[in-house]
Amino acid sequence: MMHFMSFFPYAIAAWLFVMGLYGIVTSRNFVHLIICLAVLQSSTYVVLLSIGYRWGGVPPVFAGPPVGTPAVDPIVQALMLTDIVVEATVVALLLALAVQLHKHTQKLNPDELEALEG
Amino acid sequence: MSGTYLVPLPVVVPLSVAAILAGLNKFFPRRLADIFAMAATFATGAISLELAFLSRVQPIVYWFGGWTPRAGVALGISFAIDPIGASFAALVSLLVLAALIFSLRYFDSVGTLYHVLMLVFLGAMCGFCLTGDLFNLFVFFELMSASAFALCGYKIEEPESLQGSLNFAITNTVGAFLVLTGIALLYGRTGALNMAQIGRSLGTHADGLVITAFVFIMSGFFIKAAVFPFHFWLADAHAVAPTPVCVLFSGVMVELGLYAVIRVYWAIIDGPFASHRPDLRALLLVVGTITALLGGIMCFGQRHIKRLLAFSTVSHMGLMVIGFALLKPEALAGLALYVVGHGLVKGALFIIAGILLHRLGTVDELELHGRAKDMPISSTIFLIAGLGLAGLPPFGTFLGESQVEHSAGALGFGWVSIVFFIAALLTAGAVFRVWAHVYRGWGDVRGAEKSGSKKIHDKRETRKGQPRPFEMHFAAGVLVALAIAVGLIPGLKHEAKTAALLMQDRAAYQARVLDHAWVPVAQANEPHESEMASLARSTAAAVLAFAFGIFAVSRFWPKKSVVSRPVDVLISILRKPHSGHVGDYVAFLTFGVAAFGIVLAVLIVR
Repeated sequence: MMHFMSFFPYAIAAWLFVMGLYGIVTSRNFVHLIICLAVLQSSTYVVLLSIGYRWGGVPPVFAGPPVGTPAVDPIVQALMLTDIVVEATVVALLLALAVQLHKHTQKLNPDELEALEG
Repeated sequence: MSGTYLVPLPVVVPLSVAAILAGLNKFFPRRLADIFAMAATFATGAISLELAFLSRVQPIVYWFGGWTPRAGVALGISFAIDPIGASFAALVSLLVLAALIFSLRYFDSVGTLYHVLMLVFLGAMCGFCLTGDLFNLFVFFELMSASAFALCGYKIEEPESLQGSLNFAITNTVGAFLVLTGIALLYGRTGALNMAQIGRSLGTHADGLVITAFVFIMSGFFIKAAVFPFHFWLADAHAVAPTPVCVLFSGVMVELGLYAVIRVYWAIIDGPFASHRPDLRALLLVVGTITALLGGIMCFGQRHIKRLLAFSTVSHMGLMVIGFALLKPEALAGLALYVVGHGLVKGALFIIAGILLHRLGTVDELELHGRAKDMPISSTIFLIAGLGLAGLPPFGTFLGESQVEHSAGALGFGWVSIVFFIAALLTAGAVFRVWAHVYRGWGDVRGAEKSGSKKIHDKRETRKGQPRPFEMHFAAGVLVALAIAVGLIPGLKHEAKTAALLMQDRAAYQARVLDHAWVPVAQANEPHESEMASLARSTAAAVLAFAFGIFAVSRFWPKKSVVSRPVDVLISILRKPHSGHVGDYVAFLTFGVAAFGIVLAVLIVR
């Protein structure tokens, strides 16, 4: 069971990654596509958190428990927070571009844009 | 260590000035913002150059907040500066300065936000060049990407611009997640984020996890570096981005993607991969060659000048990947010199294209036919820069190219010279063709309207009626002059080789970063190689490229004959995947990552 549980998060991460990619490749709407990118990104959250997880570990707050208590790794949590900031920036920027695109062309479907062929 | 107090400045200066300009956006008149931005960029460049000089004696390691490693364990974040990284930071600053000078007349209506984005872009790229921490590298990567996306889509009223920017942003963001996953895997194995620390903990055994992590990191950065099959976004982004932004995209940003792969490889991955170098070399040589040839062919098939130059960048990235693929100090030295020479020349070419757009309102080669006959200065600079692109001695590109070719020859890959020759023929030939069409009015373009790539609607980026853009010519002229100067600096070749040895010495890197050790810098030995052969070869290549470009506008060019039919078919087949559809691009990208992974795994495990 323990073995299964340590493998499980990575399977979830891989699934999210692949589904996000599938969504991006097949999307017919830029807003949908950008959310697929966010889905893809959430796979990195799962990877980061599961790498830092310790079975039986306490939260990484070292004021209370005695020295030597196992704790989950705070570094990956910090990395994940940075990752969230990055995602918020990029997704906001992309959505702003999509809004502008819709405003000027009334189109959001990548299939209907053909200006940059060849 | 000397110069330590300078270390954070290449990041701190541009970011602080950007913050001030952004915060006081309402109160800053445009011209004052210009001055502030240019002063900050100049200071950043000067500091980076000084750091490059200081780090020749001994690479500089700087720990933020004084979190130095204890007993060889690093917890803090470090900058680890060596001459190659610092020189790239200086090149970045120089090109940003040229772009800012060029944009003095650009974007008349906007406030200071353009300057803010440029400065953030600058600070992020400098940090990217200097950092010694893998996660920090990712953060700077994302910062530079985000500001690049915004700069690319700056003309938000144009649908093409938005589409190009979306394609760019989506593919590159997928790349960033690949990099992050790779970093997470390495952290999971080693518990470290400092590159020296990861390198030391990883040991020398290449197993599945190391291969996977390397494939993710390499693919992610290769997306930024526009290496086949990840290059599709590049032409779209360049076709629509404002011209000064193109200078930076082609001149340095793309190259920094490759720089990151090289840094990560030599600091971390070479440990486990040392015994598999021939396998990696084979894979990268193939990828580089395909990129160089595909980029060259696509470049020659363009009529939109900015797109043409963009595909030429793809081709040259292929050549640079070959320089990395050889995994030798001499080739790496050549690659570094090539990056500098190419960045300067390509920057100048984009600026001249921008002047065409400024004066004549389009960058379509066929529409411009003969319309720029009265622009002798532009014409001259464009021609000279084209020769630089072909690798004519004494340009910096020649110096780099000859080193890479020499190193390849020593390893038994003499055919690399042929790839360099074909790439020069196609990319420089295309530039000379544009020159003959646009500035000379040679050839007949009637009936050619339907040929070439699809026409992209360009909008003027400036007001009409400024006939003599002195500062634009000045920026381009200085870049070309510097590209020649780089090739003439005595002893630069030796310096580059020493710097390359430094970058590739993993044990010394770890000792300097983790153990505060002073390790003497190994000087490259001065080989007595004959330069005449490569001198003659490169001159011949440049001359032939010129002849090829002129031949392409002559009436002898087989327009409808049987000869060109297979060529036409080939180009139209190659053009198909460049559909402008981001879903297709990501599909190719997925395929590329999987292929890299499978090939590397098979080669290494076998």
